[in-house]
Amino acid sequence: MTALTDDTIPVAARSRTIHDEMVAFGLMTALLLVVPLTGVYPFFVMQALCFALLACAFNLLIGYGGLLSFGHAMFLGTAGYITAHALKVWGLSPELAIVVGTAGAAGLGVLTGVVAIRRQGIYFSMITLALSQLLYFIYLQTPFTHGEDGIQGIPQGHLFGIFNLANPTVLYYVILAGFLFGFLLIFRTINSPFGEVLKSIRENEQRAISLGYKTDHYKLLAYILSGTLAGFAGSLKVFVAQNASLTDVHWTMSGEIVLMTLVGGLGTIFGPVVGAFVIIAMQQYLAGFGQWVTVIQGVIFVVCVLTFRRGVIGEIAHYFRRSL
Amino acid sequence: MQALYAQLLVGLINGSFYALLSLGLAVIFGMLNIINFAHGAVYMMGAFVAYFLLNYLGIGYWPALIIAPIVVGIFGMFLERTMLQWLSGLDHLYGLLLTFGMALIIQGVFQNYFGSSGLPYSIPDELKGGMNLGFMFLPIYRGWVVVFSLIVCLLTWYLIERTRLGAYLRAATENPALVRAFGVNVPRMITLTYGLGVGLAALAGVLSAPINQVRPLMGADLIIVVFAVVVIGGMGSIMGSIITGFTLGVVEGLTKYFYPEASNTVVFVLMVLVLLVKPSGLTGRAA
Repeated sequence: MTALTDDTIPVAARSRTIHDEMVAFGLMTALLLVVPLTGVYPFFVMQALCFALLACAFNLLIGYGGLLSFGHAMFLGTAGYITAHALKVWGLSPELAIVVGTAGAAGLGVLTGVVAIRRQGIYFSMITLALSQLLYFIYLQTPFTHGEDGIQGIPQGHLFGIFNLANPTVLYYVILAGFLFGFLLIFRTINSPFGEVLKSIRENEQRAISLGYKTDHYKLLAYILSGTLAGFAGSLKVFVAQNASLTDVHWTMSGEIVLMTLVGGLGTIFGPVVGAFVIIAMQQYLAGFGQWVTVIQGVIFVVCVLTFRRGVIGEIAHYFRRSL
Repeated sequence: MQALYAQLLVGLINGSFYALLSLGLAVIFGMLNIINFAHGAVYMMGAFVAYFLLNYLGIGYWPALIIAPIVVGIFGMFLERTMLQWLSGLDHLYGLLLTFGMALIIQGVFQNYFGSSGLPYSIPDELKGGMNLGFMFLPIYRGWVVVFSLIVCLLTWYLIERTRLGAYLRAATENPALVRAFGVNVPRMITLTYGLGVGLAALAGVLSAPINQVRPLMGADLIIVVFAVVVIGGMGSIMGSIITGFTLGVVEGLTKYFYPEASNTVVFVLMVLVLLVKPSGLTGRAA
């Protein structure tokens, strides 16, 4: 069995790898910093940033741990609901609401992770999908989520009592800061000793076990970390969308997360970011086509899997023999 | 008590659909090493083909029971030949992603033309009405679905476990290269296997058309429950899939009677419990 992201990372000297990634990171940050000056609709970029972080968190699990989660929407939705509830009903400040929401996702990661990592490969995907569906039905019935209506009209408030999040420009930079924080954390994780062990498990789990690594612990930790960061993205998204609804927990959302990462490039560092922008832009511009958007997404899935498995960034990296 | 028996019957019917679908998933997984995410979509297509046959060609339920699985099975074989076969040798997960994409396309196209509401499909005249069994009233069509599904499941079991063709199939699952060396056309067998699995799903779709109405998304949520059934039962054994499917349907029916709030979630909760106690599934081999 060939590993999922076998050929995405070209062989390159370690120092040059880090250098390329740093240059790309600088470029991305610079581009994102000037967005409010360009007149691009900020709501669109903020939404894309939340999904970019979500896709990066998902990619940590599939690209570096070899685990395809088909239920990552449960972290997005759970953190979103908790943050929204904390803001609206408990009246917590934004920073506390984000902490509570992210902590909720972390707790969910522990609970579902213990169950899900008991099986590998295809079973892991089916289990995560089933767990997220279980959660979907729970949220459909519990009163605090307001069922089909969702939690609406969420107050944005002042972050740390200073930054007025109702101001789009301020909100943009807060979301950007959150995204960069999450992105750097993932980047650091991938390049840490922990990340190296994770990659070795992806390549050959039996050998990692024989070398004395408790691979289940590593996988569980990666799963919890990925879920927590996905939850962080969900908490941030509440401030952008000002609602939390069942859409965010539904399996179609999990599918979109997979699609974003696949389009950008599984197992690449910047791929999920590019993929998220591509898919969110596509949804914006094709909104008038109604149900055809689903069909188009399906076609992208099929085309990507059959002919374009490296994704946008993976292809670029492969062509220039760089690591991105 | 009447309500309890009625829910048990509903449970048995859902169980027959779980059994037919998880059986197809297991057969396909054995040969192609792919979890067919499009299984819910082809189940829906089966129901729609029956609907088209009746409304555009005037062909009724009984012929549809044979024609629809064949039509959808041929469609499945076309998909296998044009797309799925290119994935051999790649990671299993690509098969999941590809078939997920196919499911989105199929469901999206149907949703576009037929919306999300249900289209009625009436019960054939021969199976209308019901019988009074003394302890409960049995609608004949529902009894028919359970009995017929059980027969189809057992026939499939017989085909795979007791015939020469089935022996080839099982051998090719174990070691395709060796079976090819003996002169058996394995790629053709793979195509036929996918057609068989898809045809079983389409058959379940036809059976459910008069009960659940014909809707573009009728298979979308069902397939996730079937995944949980497959995780609980494991995919190593055909009989295991059949028994697990029917049992879980009954458990779901009982839950609907005793604690209706949990009827949507009981299968998933059971999956969690099984994973905690016996991670390899009830009948499956560890994977």
